[in-house]
Amino acid sequence: MIAVLDQILQVGFLAAIVRIATPLIFATLGEMFSERSGVLNLGIEGIMLISAMTGFSAAYYSGSLWVGIAAAAATGALLGFLHAVLTVALGLSQHVAGIGLTLFSTGLAFFLFRLIFGQQATPPSITGFATVPIPLLSQIPVLGPVIFNQFTLVYIAILAVPLAAFVLYRTPWGLALRMAGENPRAADSAGVSVIRIRFQAVVLGGALMGIAGAFLSMAQFNAFTFGVISGRGWVAIALVVFGRWDPWRCAGAALLFAAIDALQLRLQASGLGHIPYQAFLVLPFVLTIVAMALISRNAVAPAALLKPFRREER
Amino acid sequence: MWKLEPRTASAPWLNLTLPLLAIALALALCSGLIAIAGANVFEAYGIMIGSALGSELNITETLVKAAPMIFTGLAVAVAFRAKFWNIGAEGQLMAGAVAAAFIGAFPMPGPLAMLLMALGGAAAGGLVALVPALLRVNLKVDDVVSSLLLNSVVFFAVMALIEGPWKDPFSGYPISPPIEDSAGLPRLIEGTRLHLGVLAAFVAAGLVWLLMSRTTLGFKIRVTGENAQAARYGGIAVGRVIVLTALISGGLAGLAGVGEVGGVHFQVMSDLSPGFGYSGIVIAMLARLNPLGVVPAAVFFAIVMTGAEAMSRATGVPVFLADVLQGTTLLAMLVALLFTSYRIRRIGAAA
Repeated sequence: MIAVLDQILQVGFLAAIVRIATPLIFATLGEMFSERSGVLNLGIEGIMLISAMTGFSAAYYSGSLWVGIAAAAATGALLGFLHAVLTVALGLSQHVAGIGLTLFSTGLAFFLFRLIFGQQATPPSITGFATVPIPLLSQIPVLGPVIFNQFTLVYIAILAVPLAAFVLYRTPWGLALRMAGENPRAADSAGVSVIRIRFQAVVLGGALMGIAGAFLSMAQFNAFTFGVISGRGWVAIALVVFGRWDPWRCAGAALLFAAIDALQLRLQASGLGHIPYQAFLVLPFVLTIVAMALISRNAVAPAALLKPFRREER
Repeated sequence: MWKLEPRTASAPWLNLTLPLLAIALALALCSGLIAIAGANVFEAYGIMIGSALGSELNITETLVKAAPMIFTGLAVAVAFRAKFWNIGAEGQLMAGAVAAAFIGAFPMPGPLAMLLMALGGAAAGGLVALVPALLRVNLKVDDVVSSLLLNSVVFFAVMALIEGPWKDPFSGYPISPPIEDSAGLPRLIEGTRLHLGVLAAFVAAGLVWLLMSRTTLGFKIRVTGENAQAARYGGIAVGRVIVLTALISGGLAGLAGVGEVGGVHFQVMSDLSPGFGYSGIVIAMLARLNPLGVVPAAVFFAIVMTGAEAMSRATGVPVFLADVLQGTTLLAMLVALLFTSYRIRRIGAAA
């Protein structure tokens, strides 16, 4: 027990939590924007995977990591657009379209990766992002190395949370988005184009999911493998529910589960503890299902989630 | 100018036309990928179909692949019919596989073992499906998300099992102990892998069709799906129907796992299912939730999956074309389904 506590209090461990949380924050914010506008995007797992692939490939051939990030965000936005066409413009069932999108993008990611790089004994790798210590701030004890000596994308993720909260709660666009997700009929009467706002939310969400995927292949693993996402998209689906569709809570949930994940990795590496590591990995899913059972009566989910909006139907 | 307008009556001719249209559209889109890969489109598709159906052995292999997808397709078709959104067939399949591997490892007469494996596997799958159903009925928890998340729960549980207590003590591989030889499903044709479970899958499709179209329960399931409010007024206990639907659906998915353990792999490993549970969604949608339609839809994807490997070897087109085709078909079918509730009418030549 003492040994475990000792591990937790290490600065390196805390820094690892922030790093592991970063892709989860991007993905969870992306899914949150989509769901707050009324569109569940189960394509997230596939979108993250194919964006990890396109981001990696673009960085590999351009030599620029930021070109890779841009390519990943564009890929995510494009697939978000496709999801919006299917579920918002055509009003098709969101969960089936999402599963279809995940199947499609997963297959396409593997297909294109094999086509671009062939079958190689050692998978291609890139020199991923390096940590960028922030002058002065990184000198602060504990907080410095944990938060201010990270990848640039980590800083962006940290800034993205208050930004997302500001956009969602303090701008007209955020208000329109929430109205579209809660009561599209009322939003429509108030002159909000529900269709347009949902398109924007799902596309923005897709771009964020794309960055999340690219973080994994370009900062965390520095290579694209078929298991690079391995269920993190589903984790994000869980975190949005667990975080009650609020940016702050979502980021908190991401940090909490990153901590569990980091702890699990430490325990596995140190050979400490006889608990199977899967017991930790399964926690986000179990806790979310429990949370869903507990909070269901409060109806915190966007009221119009999963419901297509057709203007002519009154 | 063209306009979409709501269809007033259902159009039975669409039942066959739409799936074929969706498949044609998906094949057309994927031919673009084949061309990008530098192969001849017709040659590639030709090899795909030719190799999957080219010899007796290959046909049996294709049918062996189709069996689990028939079961998961049926599982999804039954659930979706009641508007119980079971996205968890993958996890239910794994639960069934684990139960079958557990039961099959005990020495007992073959027929008894097979019977118990089937019952245990179906029960395990049904139990997993029961969770989202009970949560929805009692606590109004969204079944889409809960059933999806349960896939991960089951997956990690299975991993803990095969990397823990079940791990092969000699090789250290994360695989379950093999089932007894006598518990293995008998071969229908010697020298092939065609096993009893494949026959069972075809029979199951017939039985599920009977259940859905000829029994009171089937009627209740359909009414619940079409209009839960009306079903309630009509005296149907909607909650109970959804729970029963979940048990049947999960049980069918569990049987897919039983077939894979009893007839193909004889043990459980992490990659036992290459996404058969998700394929079930594609198949059920393609079949328009008709149990009999599930069979040809599953066979089609089995052909694609079996044939893709030979096609890849011969033409260099990555084997993952099969996965893209599956996703594309689902999306195409979803779009095509618009034609069941809308039709295109021409209004006024000039706009």
